[in-house]
Amino acid sequence: MHYALCLTLFMVGLYGVLMKRNLIKIIISLVILESAVNLFLIMLGYRAKGIAPIMDGTIPPDTFVRNSVDPIPQALVLTSIVIGVGVTAMTVAIALRLYERYGTYDIQEIRRLRG
Amino acid sequence: MGGMKHRGMTPIVQTTAGWVKGFTLVFGAYIVAYGHLTPGGGFAGGVILALAFVMLVLANGSKGIPRVLNIDFVAKLDSVGGLLFLGIALLGMLPGLGGAFFNNFPVKVLHIGTPFRLVSAGIIPLCNIAIAIKVASSLFLLFILLILLRIVRTDGESGE
Amino acid sequence: MMQILPLFVAIPLAAGFIIPLVGRKNPRLCDALGNATTLALLLMAISVIGKSGVYWVGGWLPKAGVPLGINLVLDSTSVLMLLTITGISFMVTLYSIQYMDKYTARSRFYSLFSLMVAGMIGVALTGDLFNLYVFLEIASIASYALVAFGCQHEELEASFRYLVLGSVSSALILLGIAIVYALTGTLNMAQISKVIGVSSKPLFYFAVALFISGFGLKAALVPFHTWLPDAHPAAPAPISAMLSGVLIKTIGIYAMARVLFNAVGMTPLFLSVLLFLGALSIMVGVLLALGQDDMKRTLAYHSISQMGYVVLGIGLGTRLGIAAALFHLMNHAVFKTLLFLNAGSIEYATGTRDYNKMGGLREKMPVTGATSLIASMSISGIPPFNGFWSKLFIIVAAVQAEKYGYAAWAVIGSILTLASFTKLQKRAFYEEPKEAAQVAKEVPVLMQASMIGLALLCVFMGVLWIPQIRDSFFMAAAKALQEGFVYATHILGE
Repeated sequence: MHYALCLTLFMVGLYGVLMKRNLIKIIISLVILESAVNLFLIMLGYRAKGIAPIMDGTIPPDTFVRNSVDPIPQALVLTSIVIGVGVTAMTVAIALRLYERYGTYDIQEIRRLRG
Repeated sequence: MGGMKHRGMTPIVQTTAGWVKGFTLVFGAYIVAYGHLTPGGGFAGGVILALAFVMLVLANGSKGIPRVLNIDFVAKLDSVGGLLFLGIALLGMLPGLGGAFFNNFPVKVLHIGTPFRLVSAGIIPLCNIAIAIKVASSLFLLFILLILLRIVRTDGESGE
Repeated sequence: MMQILPLFVAIPLAAGFIIPLVGRKNPRLCDALGNATTLALLLMAISVIGKSGVYWVGGWLPKAGVPLGINLVLDSTSVLMLLTITGISFMVTLYSIQYMDKYTARSRFYSLFSLMVAGMIGVALTGDLFNLYVFLEIASIASYALVAFGCQHEELEASFRYLVLGSVSSALILLGIAIVYALTGTLNMAQISKVIGVSSKPLFYFAVALFISGFGLKAALVPFHTWLPDAHPAAPAPISAMLSGVLIKTIGIYAMARVLFNAVGMTPLFLSVLLFLGALSIMVGVLLALGQDDMKRTLAYHSISQMGYVVLGIGLGTRLGIAAALFHLMNHAVFKTLLFLNAGSIEYATGTRDYNKMGGLREKMPVTGATSLIASMSISGIPPFNGFWSKLFIIVAAVQAEKYGYAAWAVIGSILTLASFTKLQKRAFYEEPKEAAQVAKEVPVLMQASMIGLALLCVFMGVLWIPQIRDSFFMAAAKALQEGFVYATHILGE
């Protein structure tokens, strides 16, 4: 059930990317899309009544492995969030340059003015 | 509304930012240094370090950038951080130290440190520091360049 | 011996960091470093032909057959991709020494270029699914920045659309990887192939559908092709050549083939989907190319069409089909790069890309004219150039697999390609010079050298299909892909 909500968020982001006309709304929808995928990845690692995957020497290794949530999706999501930040930064820079040149954020106007 | 960024914010915000910047930098350094023991590490710590300087710029306007942090220096710091990371990875390939890329040579060959203490886990804290340098300088550079773009534009135009 | 594998990734990454550090004020140093990097990579790639092996990063060897770390895998298919990537990037950096005189910020160009090459080589070598995603993102982000390099209005808008669609495709691929991780619990491609078995859960088909859409968007297959005709013409010529020549192949087709054949498992259903998409791309690409006026846009549509040929060959699933498809991939890298570099030379000399303003360039730009003629004959499939052999064997393989309809489709596509390139040659090189072409003169020496080098490759690469080389090189590469799960035993050893 939780996964269905994640996929709904993904669909919302996809709708925004495809249908919206304002550049900034497209960027925000892209961020929603990537957040939805990251959320999905994290939820995959969940184990009911699990402990956080941090070892501190007091818990023996086998009880730790039996009780903790999966740490691999957390590492994957960390990387993915940083990649998302990089892409968002570049998109925003390009959007600012486009605004500087055309004076509008509307993607249809930009396409019309280019011709 | 246009040029408010380069005039800064009210004196309350400026004074508070001046008091808090030291704590923020120390907190960021703590997150980086203990990255192998507690959650955090290079990325998160680097972001906090960058945000300390971003906070200063937001509070004080364009004269809040410390004079030593001009764009050339930060860009060079960025490249140095990346090269440091790659250098640590390549060091593991030397014959005396184990011979594999990214080999954890302090733990496997030199036997430095005991588990769960600050000095442990070999190359991981060193890699965290390199990543923190790179991420902090990249984010700060990003913020400064986007702000400068805006300032140049709003100065050159009569209205927005 | 396998110690050289991480160096393939480490050297361009180091160049990407060193060049902005030292080259900010000194353009010639940037040129020298950039070309030295690609030359070193090419020599290293030539030195590993015929070898194969696995390199475990960090020395984390598998314990009891279960992989613990990330591995870099060298097998025949990886060697083929490495040769293509490094060879084309060397030719392109040679060309850009003088082409980039028209742009500023040379250190950033070479730095981004090195990062893009590092990403592509990482995709070709890696054996871990998430590592594939990270390197794919490195290459893609560097290419988004390179497409927007000149900061003209056309480039910015094209780069924005390319960026948005590229990010959507990366999100789709990541979702597919997440589902595969949920199904198998591991990210190593060899281990996935062992654990996944023959699965008929609907989740498995969903993951494969996500992979085909995500990688298909990166490879510009129809119906995911809409970003390519805007992004490729707008970029500077060496970048268009790299994008069309190697990027869409490596992160699109090679990654899809590697994941579908070796990790997840290919079934006849997926093969028929690939066949259908390939045939659709051939026809849509070439029909849309016939009506264009802009030279680079025509070439971009032809890229879509030729990628259709490669996917058609892979979709056949037979040894000869996949081998011919991989050979066509290499050939297309060579002649499409040459065509884009020619278009770049014409733009450098005349300042326009519109056919109706060119003409008679054959007398004024002899080297460009001759190499363009060779490349056009290669892409149309005229013997004895390299394009002829690869297209012929794709059609032969289609006939052998009894897919006569697809074979006929491929032949029609080839005839229409010939028609389109005849028009290009006639309008650009053979008619009376129009106004822009009056001022044209031949391009500088290094640009000519790289174009002549690629043209020589076009002429002589047909010889690679002789049975000795074909069996040891292309058939071995096809075998590595087609055998699917045998990949796992090579890596994990049992």
